[in-house]
Order: sequence, then C-alpha cells, then structure tokens
Amino acid sequence: MLAYIIRRLLYAIPILIGVNLLTFTLFFVVNSPDDMAASQLGEKYVTPEAIAAWKAKNGYDKPLFINADAGGVSALTDTIFFTKSVRLFAFDFGRSESGRDITTDVSTRMWPSLAVALPTFVTGIWVNICVALLVVMFHATRLDRWAVFLFVSLMSISYLFYIIGGQYLLAKTWRLVPISGFNVDSQPWKFLILPVLVGVVAGIGSGARWYRTLFLEEANQDYVRTARAKGASEISILFRHILPNALIPILTGVVVLIPSLFMGSLLIESFFGIPGLGSYMLDAIRSQDFAIVRSMVFIGSILYIFGLILTDISYTWADPRVRLS
Amino acid sequence: MKPLVLWSDALIYLLVISLSIFFYKLRQDPQTRERWGQVFASRLGMVTFTVIIAYVGIALLDSLHFRRALDAAEGVESGEIFYDNKVTSVLDVMLGGMGERFERTYSAPFALKSFEKKNMKDEQGMAIRDYPLLEHAGQHLVNPADKWPDMLAKTGAALVWGLILSALVIGLQWFLLRGSPNPWYASWGIQAVIICCGVWLVSISHYYHVLGTDLGGADVAYQSIKGVRTGVLLGTLSTLIMLPIAVTLGVMAGYFKGWVDDVVQYLYTTLSSIPGILLIAASVLLFQVYIDLNPDFFSIGMEKADARFIALCFILGVTSWSTLCRLIRAETLKISQLGYVQAAHAFGVSHSRILGRHILPNVVHIILITFVLDFSALVLAEAVLSYIGVGIDPSMGSWGNMINGARSELSREPAVWWTLSGAFFFMFVLVLAANLFSDLVRDAFDPRTSMRSSEA
Repeated sequence: MLAYIIRRLLYAIPILIGVNLLTFTLFFVVNSPDDMAASQLGEKYVTPEAIAAWKAKNGYDKPLFINADAGGVSALTDTIFFTKSVRLFAFDFGRSESGRDITTDVSTRMWPSLAVALPTFVTGIWVNICVALLVVMFHATRLDRWAVFLFVSLMSISYLFYIIGGQYLLAKTWRLVPISGFNVDSQPWKFLILPVLVGVVAGIGSGARWYRTLFLEEANQDYVRTARAKGASEISILFRHILPNALIPILTGVVVLIPSLFMGSLLIESFFGIPGLGSYMLDAIRSQDFAIVRSMVFIGSILYIFGLILTDISYTWADPRVRLS
Repeated sequence: MKPLVLWSDALIYLLVISLSIFFYKLRQDPQTRERWGQVFASRLGMVTFTVIIAYVGIALLDSLHFRRALDAAEGVESGEIFYDNKVTSVLDVMLGGMGERFERTYSAPFALKSFEKKNMKDEQGMAIRDYPLLEHAGQHLVNPADKWPDMLAKTGAALVWGLILSALVIGLQWFLLRGSPNPWYASWGIQAVIICCGVWLVSISHYYHVLGTDLGGADVAYQSIKGVRTGVLLGTLSTLIMLPIAVTLGVMAGYFKGWVDDVVQYLYTTLSSIPGILLIAASVLLFQVYIDLNPDFFSIGMEKADARFIALCFILGVTSWSTLCRLIRAETLKISQLGYVQAAHAFGVSHSRILGRHILPNVVHIILITFVLDFSALVLAEAVLSYIGVGIDPSMGSWGNMINGARSELSREPAVWWTLSGAFFFMFVLVLAANLFSDLVRDAFDPRTSMRSSEA
C-alpha cells in the first residue's frame, strides 16, 4: 500500500513537469518577455533600455530553455524555464504582476473557497443520492419517466441562470439573504446560504440522473433478484444491497473532486463576491496576470493528481476485493 | 453585392457535406440502420431531431454571408464599386430587416415608448421629461389604445399564412412518407409550430419589438436568433477538431500498446490535470494578444471576430480530447484481443488494414455518442466563457454575450428581464433537444444498454 502510494507520487513528477512545460510555452514563447515588459511598462515608456531594466529586475534576462553560453549543467539551469518552474515545486509562487505575494494570497483565499465549496459538495451528494433513490423506487413507472425528463431539463439550463435566478428571487424579491458579499466575523452563514443553495440546485439535474443510472445498473444484477426472491423488502434491497454495491462507481466520480474543492468555483465566487481562489483566478484572467494563472494551473494539477491517488485508496476501503500493488 | 466566405462558414458547410456522405455510407450497414430506426421510432426522437434540424437550418442560412455594394457617392463617377463593411447574411434578408430597426436604448416587449425618461420639448416648445416614443414600434397606429386589437389582428393573419405554409410543407412530406412506420406525425406537429412561430415573428417584427430592445437599442429577438449560429457552430466545430486527435491517438495507444500507449497516456493525463477553464482562458488571451499585435491580418472586423471564434473552437477541441481518447483506447484494447483481430494477425494482414477494417468501424459508436453528448455541453460552456471574458468576440452575437451584458439589469427597478429571457429560451430549447436526442442515440448505440433492453 505504502509502496503503491510512493510510486504514484513519483509518477506525478513527470506529469507536473509536463504541465509546467505546457503553461511555460503558452505564456513565455507566445507572449515573449519583451511583450510582457512592453505591456507592463505601458506604451509611453517603451524604450529598449526600459525593457532591459524590467527584464533584469524580474529575472527574465535569460534564455528561455537552453543557455548555450553557460555550458555544463548550468546550460539547463540558468534559464527562465528552470528558475521559474523549480520555484513552483517548492510552493514558492513569487509575486504577481501587481507586486503581491502569490503564496500568501493563495493561503488566505483558500478558506473562503472551501467554506462555500465543501457544504455545496456534501449537501449536493446527499440531495442527489436521496432524489435518485426515490426515483429508483418508482422505476419503470410514469413518475420515473417524468423525473428523468425533469432532470434533463434542469441540466439544460445554464449555470449562469441558476445564479441570476437565485439572486433575483431569494435576495431581491423575497429579501431573505444578502445578494452578495462575505463576512467572517458576523453571521457568515447568512452569506453562504444562497451560494450553497444555488450550487446544490444547479447540480441536481446531472447528479441525480447519474446516480439513478448507477443504481439501476446494480438493480439489474442477479444478487438483487436473489434478495427479492428470498423475500427482502424493497427498502432493504435499496439500502442494504444496491447502495453499498453502487459505492465503487460513485467513489470514482466523487473522490477525485475532493482536493479540487480548495480551488472554489469561478462563477459562484465572482457572482456572490466571495474572496476565494475562484474569484482570484477570474481577476487574474481579466487583468491578464499570467504569474497568478500559472501558479493556479500548477496548484490545480497537483490537487487533481492527489484526487486520483485518493480515489485509488478509497477503493480498498469500499471494496475489500481491491488490493493496491 | 459580393459574397464573402468566412472560415467558419467554409468549415460548417464542409462538415455538413462530410456528415451527409458519412451517413449515406452508414445506411448500407444493416445494423446501423436498425439502430437509427430505433432512435426515430420514438416520438421524442422525431420531435427533438426536428428541433435540432431547425436550429441547424437557421445556422446554415446565417452562414451564407455577403457584403452589400454601396451606392456611389453623389457626383463621383468611378468604375470601382465599394462594398459595405457590414456583413449581411441570407438569414438577415429573410428576417426582413429585423436587425436594422434600432432604438435608443431599452424598451420592453411590445412597448410603444422607451424604457427610460428623456428630456424633450413638447408642442409648445416647453422642456419636459417623459418617455420618448420608439422609432420602429407602432408607427402605423393612429391611437396607442389600438395596440392590442391591432396585435391580435396581425397575429391572426400571421397564423393563417403560417398554417397555409405548413400545410404545403407537411403535405409534401405526407405524400412521400405516408407508408413509413415511423411516427412522422410528431415531427409534423413541431414543424407546423416552428413555421407558424417564424412567420408570426418576422411579420410582427415589422411593427413591434417582440422581445424588446437592449441597452444599445438592438432588437432582442434578432440577437437571440443570431446567437443560434454561434451556438450550433461552436458545438459542432469543436468536436470536429477534437475527433482526429482523439481517434488517432486512442486507436494507436490501444492497438500498438507498449511505449506508444505510455506516451499517449502521459499526454492525456497531463492535459486533463490542468483545470480546463484556466487552460482555455490562457489560450484565448494569448490568441487575443496575437491578434492585437498583428492588426493588418484581417481586412474587416467580422473577419477578426471570426478568427477569434475559430481559435476558440480549436482551443475547446484541443483541451477536451482526453475523455474521448481514453474511451477509444479502452475499447480498442478490448477489440484487439478478440478472435477476428487475432485471426487477421495470423493471416498476415497489415496493421493499417486491420485498423481500418476491423478496429475503426467498431469504435464509431463511441465517436457518435461523444459527438451528440458534447454538443450541449459546449453550447453551455460558451455562455460561461463569454461571461468570464474569454468567449466569443462581443461584435459577434452570442447568448453568452447577451447574458453577460444583461446580468445586472435584473436589479433595476422595474427589472429588465427580456434580454435574459430571450437568451434563456433559445438556449434552453436547443440544449434540451440535444440532451434528449443524445440520450436516445446513446440508448440505441451503446452495446451495454441495447443488450440490457433485449434481455428485458
């Protein structure tokens, strides 16, 4: 088990290097340091000397990939790619283009993101599984068909409309909660209810439909027929037989998302004004701050790989037949 | 008049032609025919397919572009003809100038007056502050109180014309298809509804703004219809760009195994570990930088917007191939273990022949299912990307841009709800139809589900 995890962690290194190479190519080769300097300095002040000074100050006065002058190992290490990537592996993200320390920003903004994403995630799974179980109980009736149609309709509505509609109904028309904002000190739940509610409702369509398919797949198995034949009640079939067996496919889809909860949701956070990582990314994209985007890509990849490893580990817990080797 | 072929126009017509050839070839395969028969044997399949075809038809009409010749300036004699910088499409002509009736700013659906007050002079020349009359709504009315009777009369007339037109269209189909066992009547019902709505919309738009006007005074109904092309093209072209990459890599990884498999797996794990939205945003921003640095590349604004649109399709395609690639790899791994592939190996059949004759035809159903499943997801993604600011160029109509422009207008008093409703309705109908249709296609083509239904 431990050996397996260590091996998986080692596999992650080439993937992270690949991710870095890709983002580096995107940001530095297409948008060269000269262009970056020019856009940062503003058009009036673009002189060759000013650009050279800016590059020296920010560490861009080196070759991109291979430093032919240096020779030896430093031909590879004394380059922009190496100096900018190695720092990422040490979780030192440097400074954003507006001069703020990215590592501090990330570690403070992580918690509001989690405060919204975690309740949404947990409640969402609960609601979806309950709705799906209810529908499976009425399988092959008219109710089941209409429920599936309803799920598909809910799926067909853009996420943006759920947010806009939620804000309009709950916050503007009924005045139950504030439209947006986030306040840690007084009644933070008041600001969290609406984002969580919107997130859960928006996910019901696709979520419940997916769980329904999983449950039905199990409901067609032989052991369910056996259970029914020996006289088990429908409720106990559902909860004692189908639910535990459907756990493996559920885990595949769900566990991989857990680490990514730290990243927050781009849309929810920007609409509701929550100072998390999602709105941080959005601001970075809008102000074209590539240093932040690059760090966030790196963090996102790490969390995703971490999620994959967690998924494998969760299998051994859910299904005693699975052995990791 | 000078025809103008944008890159996206060429691509979409190419796609339509190649899909037609593809389906014509598939018709010869009895198993495929049976499966498509299963899709179209249900009323739901007929209805959703008709709706999708209607959307595709609008998108195709909107993809035939031309530039109008400008009238020569007075007193200037020259042999040269100048063309309008504004690009018109066949659809614009069919809509009867719906997009050219601009107001000053917001106005509610069927309103005669503007939404906002403005300083004006009354007949005596006194300065007053009141709602100004709209320039293109209710001009023919003598008395504003006649609005509703007039609308009813116009609706009735449009309905009569619509019914006559649908009777012609449906009568022809009935004559051709009366022996068919499929439930064509479901499709005809929807066709009649679509034709009547279309006739009504075009005719009544001459007198009123059916869905009101937006901040810039443009007709919302017209904008919603223009969004159809963007949605449909984005949904199809992105998948089209992704297909060759995903299929080639997936089949090669599953068939050759060994280091090829390792490389392909590494590629898609790396790509899928990057948060998709960040990768898309970064690529679009970089492309934008490229366009800004090379402004001489495109002669008119529309071509610039189109280039950005193609780039977006391309980026969406390149970032989303990993799922399909993984599915195809798994399927190929399974197929290449089967007896007939082993037999082909033993007979010394070449790799390319085995791939072409035995492997590819057996993964076609996965490609098909992915194509229809991804379509609706891409249409929805467009709205989100446009909201973030990395979507379609604002000069090109799209539902995402409409939502983005109007999202804070619900908080006005009274709320400006019509722009959002227009985008919502057109988008919802398309995505719902595509989702329901893709469910049917998946049920028919997925061997697992079709096996289960034959057991039952």
